[in-house]
Amino acid sequence: MSEQGTKPAPAARKIFPPAINVETERFWKAAEAGKLLYGYCLACKEPHYYPRSFCPFCFSESVEWREASGNATVYSYSIMYRSPTGPYTIAYVTLAEGPRIMTNLVDCDFKKIAIDAKAKLVWKPSEGGAPVPFFTLA
Amino acid sequence: MSIKGKAYLMGAFEHPTREAPDKSTPQLHSECMRGALADAGLSKDDIDGYFCAGDAPGFGAMSMADYLGLRNLRHMDSTETGGSSYILHVGHAAEAIAAGKCSVALVTLAGKPRTDKGGGGPRGGGFAAAPEAAFEMPYGGTTHNQYAMCATRHMHEYGTTSEQLAWIKVAASHHAQYNEHAFLRDVVSVEDVINSPMIATPLHRLDCCVVTDGGGALIVTSPEVAKRLNRPKVKIIGAGEAPKGTYGGKVDLTYSGAAWSGPKAFAEAGVKPSDIKYASIYDSFTITVLMQIEDLGFCEKGQGGKFVSDGNLISGVGKLPFNTDGGGLCNNHPTNRGGITKVIEAVRQLRGEAHPKVQVRNCDLAIAHGTGGSLGTRHGSATVIMERE
Repeated sequence: MSEQGTKPAPAARKIFPPAINVETERFWKAAEAGKLLYGYCLACKEPHYYPRSFCPFCFSESVEWREASGNATVYSYSIMYRSPTGPYTIAYVTLAEGPRIMTNLVDCDFKKIAIDAKAKLVWKPSEGGAPVPFFTLA
Repeated sequence: MSIKGKAYLMGAFEHPTREAPDKSTPQLHSECMRGALADAGLSKDDIDGYFCAGDAPGFGAMSMADYLGLRNLRHMDSTETGGSSYILHVGHAAEAIAAGKCSVALVTLAGKPRTDKGGGGPRGGGFAAAPEAAFEMPYGGTTHNQYAMCATRHMHEYGTTSEQLAWIKVAASHHAQYNEHAFLRDVVSVEDVINSPMIATPLHRLDCCVVTDGGGALIVTSPEVAKRLNRPKVKIIGAGEAPKGTYGGKVDLTYSGAAWSGPKAFAEAGVKPSDIKYASIYDSFTITVLMQIEDLGFCEKGQGGKFVSDGNLISGVGKLPFNTDGGGLCNNHPTNRGGITKVIEAVRQLRGEAHPKVQVRNCDLAIAHGTGGSLGTRHGSATVIMERE
């Protein structure tokens, strides 16, 4: 309980636990070990994200799930102010390996966020689920 | 038009599994698709029509189309009639094929009620079961900040400014002042918009549509019935639809599905953007309008900011009068779905029944266009072109 006359600090934004199914559970097992996986097609040589049991470009089932380096650049972002738990930043970042993925930019000065800024992978716990990949400015 | 002899069933596949603890529901859809394609001797990219119902996880046909990598769709249907849906889809597919809307239609059904006891609601578990859910839901995406990311990128690539976006709201407010039912009737200025509170950078509160109750309805009839009715006739002369997604990591936020649905509708109607007298353009946010105007071909890609400035969307002032009811930005946005009101105002304009202060003179050709879902992830674009007869 907060003291009378003082505002309670906003609770931290709840990180939705990822819904895991049998197709994606190895992605989240790797996440537990701090590894971010992406899909790579051995037939058409195209990387993709989110990883799945086939290639979304050529439909081949010869896909490998590879570990990303964690290096990325900011493609676009928005700082969300309409939030009861305080502002946060949603973004798309382009992985060094090619795929462009949705994430949040965390633990960084909002003023320094810009398109093409370098970012690197960090993990955060979710509410009772697997850790979730986030990015921070590098 | 009869569908007799206009379509054939050329591929069929029954999945052999009866218990599938090792597969996801989307995965089962993909395997059924693979089987039917093999049976027909076709490949994924031949598919240009997609039909699914309540068992397909996620957002209508959008999540599955995006997941399956269906990139050539020009027709889709997620009509839900329970167990009979797929019989109905065969009929719909035949109609669509007879009308030239697609040539290879895929219908899928899959689910695992035996394995997922008690799981899987009427929409296959809803948004939480969508194949993309685990990779997007943790990030706090909303319509505001996802559309806002499109604006951020558009500004970066084309130099679009907040002042230019504000002109869209200004134009809508000029129209809404004459609509006695409009939720917001005050005329606003560019400064009012950019000084309103920031919601999700770079979108301010007045860049966002209103939240209202309400609704609408339309009656579409045959030419014979239309002939008997004592009302001005509004003829549907062109339609286009297209999904857009995140494409396995090749997402591009600078354009919308209007880039595909628009040209199809214009080609069918046999008219050009410059022929259009009035445009209803979905306005969930100002950026939505700007991108759709570009993608529909009213100006060059990237030039939307210049195009919408200086009152160019105001009836009686600019070249492209838009949303003369005040649109979603000022009038209403019933149930957070603004598509039907776009058609309604276009019909008013074509009948000459819009408010006299905003009625476009000699309005004989109009367009209604909408984006459903999220501009920043996956959405369905729909375009209709109408003519006064």
